[in-house]
Amino acid sequence: MSEPSLASLAAQLASKQISSRELARAYLDRIAALNPSINAFITVDPEKTLAEAAAADSLLAAGQAGPLTGVPIAHKDIFCTDGWLTTCGSKMLHNFVAPYDAHLIQRFKAAGMPSLGKTNMDEFAMGSSNETSYFGAVKNPWNTAYVPGGSSGGAAACVAARMAPAATGTDTGGSIRQPAALCGITGLKPTYGLVSRYGMIAFASSLDQAGPMAPSAEDCALLLNVMTGFDPKDSTSLERDKEDYTRDLDKPLTGLRVGLPKEFFAEGLNSEVAMAVETAVTELKKLGATTVEISLSNSQLAIPVYYVLAPAEASSNLSRFDGVRYGYRAPEYSDLNDMYAKTRAQGFGAEVKRRIMIGAYVLSHGYYDAYYLQAQKIRRLIANDFDAAFQACDVILGPTAPGTAFKLGEKSDDPVEMYLNDLYTIPANLAGLPGMSLPCGFDSRGLPIGLQLVGNYFSEAKMLNVAHQYQLATDWHSRQPEGLK
Amino acid sequence: MSLTQDDVKRIASLARIEIDDAQAQATQARLNSIFDLIATMQAVDTSGIAPMAHAQEVYQRLRDDVVTESDRHAAFQAVAPAVENGLYLVPRVVE
Repeated sequence: MSEPSLASLAAQLASKQISSRELARAYLDRIAALNPSINAFITVDPEKTLAEAAAADSLLAAGQAGPLTGVPIAHKDIFCTDGWLTTCGSKMLHNFVAPYDAHLIQRFKAAGMPSLGKTNMDEFAMGSSNETSYFGAVKNPWNTAYVPGGSSGGAAACVAARMAPAATGTDTGGSIRQPAALCGITGLKPTYGLVSRYGMIAFASSLDQAGPMAPSAEDCALLLNVMTGFDPKDSTSLERDKEDYTRDLDKPLTGLRVGLPKEFFAEGLNSEVAMAVETAVTELKKLGATTVEISLSNSQLAIPVYYVLAPAEASSNLSRFDGVRYGYRAPEYSDLNDMYAKTRAQGFGAEVKRRIMIGAYVLSHGYYDAYYLQAQKIRRLIANDFDAAFQACDVILGPTAPGTAFKLGEKSDDPVEMYLNDLYTIPANLAGLPGMSLPCGFDSRGLPIGLQLVGNYFSEAKMLNVAHQYQLATDWHSRQPEGLK
Repeated sequence: MSLTQDDVKRIASLARIEIDDAQAQATQARLNSIFDLIATMQAVDTSGIAPMAHAQEVYQRLRDDVVTESDRHAAFQAVAPAVENGLYLVPRVVE
């Protein structure tokens, strides 16, 4: 498993050097060895995985294989998976075995990619450290005293520790990009509407978007080819012609205009992160890119706007968890309202309850205009800033997060401190733009640093081109944590 | 703006989340620090700006008025806490 690229695994499968079952078994063995210390997986079911791998081997033998048939992948536990425990990291769904597949799961099944299991996450995807999971915190494979980021922390950690060659994640305010940065892998949040949300447990529906997480940009391009496509079951799914996201990987970067938002390099940015990002800019210039300073002047408002809009949508979405149709129900109650209130008090963790309460408040009578409507108007200003910026550049570049991984417990008592982690990632969600994170160095403690690219709508192929060319010239993305036990 | 403990209890009740005095007190401090952060957007002049509800200008699609789903109520009710004769059971609400 020294060369984990998806293209090379697919080539080994195609040439019968290895079977899908052997490959799945190797990853399952590594999960069995490492998961007790990393806690990246909530559910592993070797029998199911190997049955899916056997089916992939049949496709390979029959000459009916697609580009990634037989390559295994880990799925965030936010995706409903038929017959698998699907918890969303919550006590509320600790016993929920999904009766159907999310659209994204159907796509990976149709592609013949066996599931290695369901990855740990912040409860209902609300968190930036993976510490809010009912199933315990995930540890960062680079140093297990540190958080992996969140909410797709299990996905990022399992890829970083090579317990899976790739994983799915979801990103509402940075939940793919921030953990990808903190764990030293590549992750991409596509343009809103490219990947169906059907069967993906909803947090903030106007922001939620699923995407790939893997060591390299090339891997992410191959995965995006599987994940994207119109789905009539998601009313916000976009009807577009199918794209090949690998098509521009090999193009030179000559003439590329890289926009550097001055607000992303201002106060609050860790100096080691700033230095690594600036070094990456120099590298891109060597590859033919030019830089232009741009301004996203309303970006400092992204966090307050997000913490109105996302909780408002969450308070509505999470009202479905009432102890009636699925999941947890309180053991004792006096009447129906008491059953709801006790079920929700016992089934949700503290951060989820806070966000539901913020949402209920900002939507309540007398506060709607001051909070919800004002936030929606500033959301427009933030999107307009990006529109203007893309007149002057092809791609926007900056840090993914203001710092590297922090220690477990360091920020878990202070929600506002935790929220500031997503300072640079939230603006892309509000505008619905694609964003990605790729590794660009390490800090003095040996923890990975992430570089963020934000592209214009539907410019994923361009972003992947930039990231791939950078990864051909550097080796940060192929570094792996040592001494894992 | 600062939420009182009674405000917190009222919000919790709106959200159907049981909360006791000690929890309301702990929650009050955290919610107030979050609302302090949110308050920074109040100073922005947004007159004449259209609210943005969504990233894409998409409209609800129409489909033919035909049944497309199969009956899977048994599978869906198998994951419910209490079911009898195909019905979800809850505490009595009408005497």
